[in-house]
Amino acid sequence: MAIEIQPESAQAPGGREPAAEPKARPWWLRPAAHTALLGAIIGYALGHLLGNAISSGYQQLPLSDSNDTPIVLGYLFGILGWLIGLGIFNDPVRQMLGRPVIGQEEDEPVGGIAKYFRYTLDHKVVGIQYLFAMIGYFLTGGLFAMAIRAELLSPTYHLLTPSAYLEVVGEHGTMMMMMMTSVVLGPLGNYLVPLMVGSKRVAFPRIEALSFWLTPCAFIILLSSLLVGGFPTGWTGYAPLSIQAGEGMDGYAIAFGLMGISAILAAFNIVVTIICYRAPGMRWSRLPMFVWAMLTTGFLLVLAAPVLVGGMYMIITDRTAQTAFFVNQLGGSSYLYEDLFWFFGHPEVYILALPGFGIVSEIIPVFCRKPLFGYKIAAAGMLGVAILSFFVWQHHLFDSGIDPDMRPLFMLTTELISIPTGFIYLVAMGTFWKAKIRLTVPMLFALGMYFNFLIGGISGVVLSDVPADTTSHGSFFVMAHFHYTIMGGLIFAFFGGLYYWLPKMMGIKLNERLGKLHFWTMFIFFNSTFLPLFAVGELGQPRRVFEYARNLETLNDWVSISAFLLGVSLLIFLVNFVMSTLFWRVREVGNPWRSRGLEWQVSSPPPRNNFAHVPVVLSGPYEYGDPKALPVADLNPPAGVIGGVLAGTEA
Amino acid sequence: MATEASTPGPPEAPETGEPAAEPRHGLRILILWVVASVICCPIVYFVWGPHLPPGAMSSSAANQQFDLTVLATIATPVFLGVVIYMGYALTFWRAKDGDETDGPPIHGNAKIQVTWIAATSTIVLALFVFGTIELVTVQGAGAGQGPQPIWKPDSSNILQVQVIGQQWAWTYRYPQFGGFETTQLELPLNQPVEFNVTSLDVIHSFWAYQLGVKADANPGVNNIAYTTPKHTGGFVVRCAELCGLWHGAMFNYGTVVSPAAFQTWAQQTETQLASVTKMLPPYALTYDPTGIANLGKVLVQLGIGGAGGGYYPPNDPEQP
Repeated sequence: MAIEIQPESAQAPGGREPAAEPKARPWWLRPAAHTALLGAIIGYALGHLLGNAISSGYQQLPLSDSNDTPIVLGYLFGILGWLIGLGIFNDPVRQMLGRPVIGQEEDEPVGGIAKYFRYTLDHKVVGIQYLFAMIGYFLTGGLFAMAIRAELLSPTYHLLTPSAYLEVVGEHGTMMMMMMTSVVLGPLGNYLVPLMVGSKRVAFPRIEALSFWLTPCAFIILLSSLLVGGFPTGWTGYAPLSIQAGEGMDGYAIAFGLMGISAILAAFNIVVTIICYRAPGMRWSRLPMFVWAMLTTGFLLVLAAPVLVGGMYMIITDRTAQTAFFVNQLGGSSYLYEDLFWFFGHPEVYILALPGFGIVSEIIPVFCRKPLFGYKIAAAGMLGVAILSFFVWQHHLFDSGIDPDMRPLFMLTTELISIPTGFIYLVAMGTFWKAKIRLTVPMLFALGMYFNFLIGGISGVVLSDVPADTTSHGSFFVMAHFHYTIMGGLIFAFFGGLYYWLPKMMGIKLNERLGKLHFWTMFIFFNSTFLPLFAVGELGQPRRVFEYARNLETLNDWVSISAFLLGVSLLIFLVNFVMSTLFWRVREVGNPWRSRGLEWQVSSPPPRNNFAHVPVVLSGPYEYGDPKALPVADLNPPAGVIGGVLAGTEA
Repeated sequence: MATEASTPGPPEAPETGEPAAEPRHGLRILILWVVASVICCPIVYFVWGPHLPPGAMSSSAANQQFDLTVLATIATPVFLGVVIYMGYALTFWRAKDGDETDGPPIHGNAKIQVTWIAATSTIVLALFVFGTIELVTVQGAGAGQGPQPIWKPDSSNILQVQVIGQQWAWTYRYPQFGGFETTQLELPLNQPVEFNVTSLDVIHSFWAYQLGVKADANPGVNNIAYTTPKHTGGFVVRCAELCGLWHGAMFNYGTVVSPAAFQTWAQQTETQLASVTKMLPPYALTYDPTGIANLGKVLVQLGIGGAGGGYYPPNDPEQP
């Protein structure tokens, strides 16, 4: 059992010498984001100097524009400097030297915002850090999208040079795909999973905090590639173009690899927390659906993201150390990159989709006041999607010249994956049957998610059909498909989850009228932006182009104007978020949605250790409508209950 | 409401004490769905189908149009089903103002779950069989099959065209006419064409839109795709894989002409370009540009202008 019932000892992680009281120091003397930035700058300078020193004698690579070693080493040392400046190595180094561990990271005052800029070990603080960061990354990526649509207003008049356009396209795609990998697992997963399973903490608080602090690094490194000309490959980074590209490509490879590492760490922590830190009585059949989604997403990340890191590593060595993994003329193969990338890339899109399924499956029982229909089917659906997602990646390579025998096989597996995905719809439709639906803002976003993902999913089945894919591959049809599933699915669900759980996380309710305005404008303009893109793609416009057929100009203009209005709807959200959290601050400390979730049974925001006592879970979270249902948990179990449970399991 | 909790079984049990029976929601939804599908599916198949991209200019394009029509016809009832159900739920099952009570505690329904799983599995497997048939019987549906294609036209008279992609232009070589290289893609009507697609530098993708052909151009790899043009006319060739700076400008146009006109053109071009063809590397299924002498001079002679020329100075490291 992993529930700790002995007091933490001085030499255990997080413990400290009884006599060693931490000195009270002002915030600017304690390691935090500002010292991290200083460390990063010093680290970058050192790395760049080192790179120049060791590689000045390298001859030019045959397919590369310049010597990238100083840049790569600069980034790597910069990351190390960032982490040192953040103070994450302070206590481990003290332990290694045999000096008393200060453990200051846990000793944060309850109020104040300084702890959000430090390496803090409370999973709730990490969740809030992730939340603000992810919103920032999302809006940055969205700005790039506005630039893309501005360029595509005219097929012949160009606002951006070709290289600027490609930079923007690459930044938009990479920013979104990279950062949104953790958009739910980071803020909502880290914050809510311990509360939902009845635990006072996560399994690995240091790993969790580290996973967060790697994300600003990745964000800055990705943006820094713009300073050296950006990268011309889009988010997929196909070799050999990525080997041929200029210095901006290094920023892409390092940032993406770093984000992969961050996601692996976060996922690893979540998976262990869910498996090992469940409260007594929290059986697998009582686990909230959101936790099932985090579990499956976590497994996918832990198994697939290392392949990405490997692929990025090979790009870096091809560009610096003169290896030839991906260069055909030198004995490598461009197919190797495609396979490595998509072996990660396909589970990646399910990493993006599954948390969305989890959030909406969590929201709808509350606002239908009914149990989730077919709990086991929903869990089986998520597991099925997760497992099958490893067997479909070749559908990104249908036209690449792969062995033709493989195509019917991957067509089959890709079409099969729509069966477990369909379970999510079965569960939703069953939950709506004879329900008492309340159209609150979270419920609206959940409904929007179901509608959008339906279109996205159906277009996915069209793409999985190899003959139909011949026209659709590499066209705007694919673009519309994945925007419908990722933005229409995940991001709508994310906003639903945000409106639903912000009272829990910050004790503040987001303004409801602005929320409804945000939903309706976002829903209408999202569909008006991306629905025509199916037609645009089928009519022959490839992806990532700045020139297109004249007869598609009207459609593209409609899409661009809608996209600008979609941006306005996100501005409405930003206004709502900033005003509600910083200025209006309408307190909401109880259980405003009258949810049965375990996380709602404690105060909003929860106390420092989540639960005063480890709860004993008595029934599932979806037992609405049943007057004989037990409450979800006993938060004050009588003395000896947990000891008795432990004794029972060990006996 | 207290008696509702007893059976989570058939959801249509009438409430006790109510004068009228509970409306048969399931039946209503089913009727709405069937009526909507019966109206929309024929419209999709017969009215929209013949206008679906990519048209019917070639055998593979017509095949893809048929595929897309069938997929759209099957997708229609799926889409309508979910949307009608959701719409019905949002109309009839909304909580009334001030009603804070819960709904019926229905946890699941084995019959519905099994039916759903069976139905979705059947649809998906049927689509798989359909897709495989469409892939296999039309010579690979215009998709690139790699260097060893297994679905070939069974004809002895296949026109071979090599498509060479490079940053940022398409050129075509006709090995059956002496291996001349040109930027014009002319094809004869009703003769199966074998496209051998390769690249000289990075990954491109040869997408002949109206011909329904898409094959990635990989360096050092020969990717073969088949189609048979069925109507004369022009078509667009675009690059469908991001290949660098001028990817957006990497397109040209081709034409399908009558067999006689094609023969005339091919023989004329062969004669006209004879001196240039001597300078080219011998026709091969793949090329290593680092080994091609005089590549720069050849490009200039062939007049590859616009995006493909001028931005590629001879002293660029990519050029030998």
